[in-house]
Amino acid sequence: MKRFLVLLAIMFASSSILAIDTDVAFDDPELQARYERLISEVRCVQCQNNSIKDSNVLLASDLRREIRRLLAEGKTDAEVADFLVARYGEFALYRPRMAGKTLALWIAPFLLVLLGGFALFRVLKHRMSLPIDDDTKNEGQPE
Amino acid sequence: MNRYVWPLVAVGVLLIFLSIGLKDRDIRALPSPFIGKPAPQFELPTLKNPEVTIGSKNLAGDYAIVNVWATWCVQCRKEHGFLLDLAASKTIPIYGINWRDSRVEAIRWLDDLGDPYVASAYDADGRVGIDWGVYGAPETFLVDPEGTVIYKHLGPLDSYVWQREFASRMASGGARP
Repeated sequence: MKRFLVLLAIMFASSSILAIDTDVAFDDPELQARYERLISEVRCVQCQNNSIKDSNVLLASDLRREIRRLLAEGKTDAEVADFLVARYGEFALYRPRMAGKTLALWIAPFLLVLLGGFALFRVLKHRMSLPIDDDTKNEGQPE
Repeated sequence: MNRYVWPLVAVGVLLIFLSIGLKDRDIRALPSPFIGKPAPQFELPTLKNPEVTIGSKNLAGDYAIVNVWATWCVQCRKEHGFLLDLAASKTIPIYGINWRDSRVEAIRWLDDLGDPYVASAYDADGRVGIDWGVYGAPETFLVDPEGTVIYKHLGPLDSYVWQREFASRMASGGARP
């Protein structure tokens, strides 16, 4: 048990050592907030299931540096997103923008709900047209 | 009978999507936004001589490949033999971008294994790598004489990939026949 606790302590301690450049990048708290939000919405294209905020790989730290530079130059969030999309495609953003290529991505869920709703409606309507007291006769036979 | 048609259609559509998704391809490979666009402008000191720069100006005028490599990249070692063969065949000039690497180690690598590159640019801080949308070495770009990127390959090159993806595009002026 004691050994386990020590192990646990080491695990937690090392995770804070491994944490990535958490130093405050900007003095201006508003800019810092924008920076943190931006990096949490950019996918680390090298590791693909992390944001660059959570990733330790070289490319992620390079991208954080570039985003800091762009923000320091006074670029808007949209301009930063453009910068990334021009180089890595929409995949780099966790929330791809609504445009041509990504339209299917945005519409598909609603389309599926509509389709499912329509199917449900059809089935229910059909069921409702069946006589109610028919239950025992139709047992074991759906619809 | 009719009640079986719709489920069958649904399964059919699903199968189409699955077969697209499971086709022989690298799931890490992202569609490059550079295909059909002018290659990103760059100018960097060369690896072997920091006084000399290399950049977009060197690429113009002929088909060329730009190969992003580093000594820490295991797959780069794997493709190195093929790059040497390709350079020896004088098919196409090979330019390197040595990405996020140590200059000393990179020069030693070329001395030990041989140097297939016309020249390698030295991208110490990864700025040019980002401009080229690089996310995993080795990456190889095929640039046409007008300076347009016509193909990008993620992962090590070999003669099979070369014939199928690069040589065919050069022969047809861009599109893969």
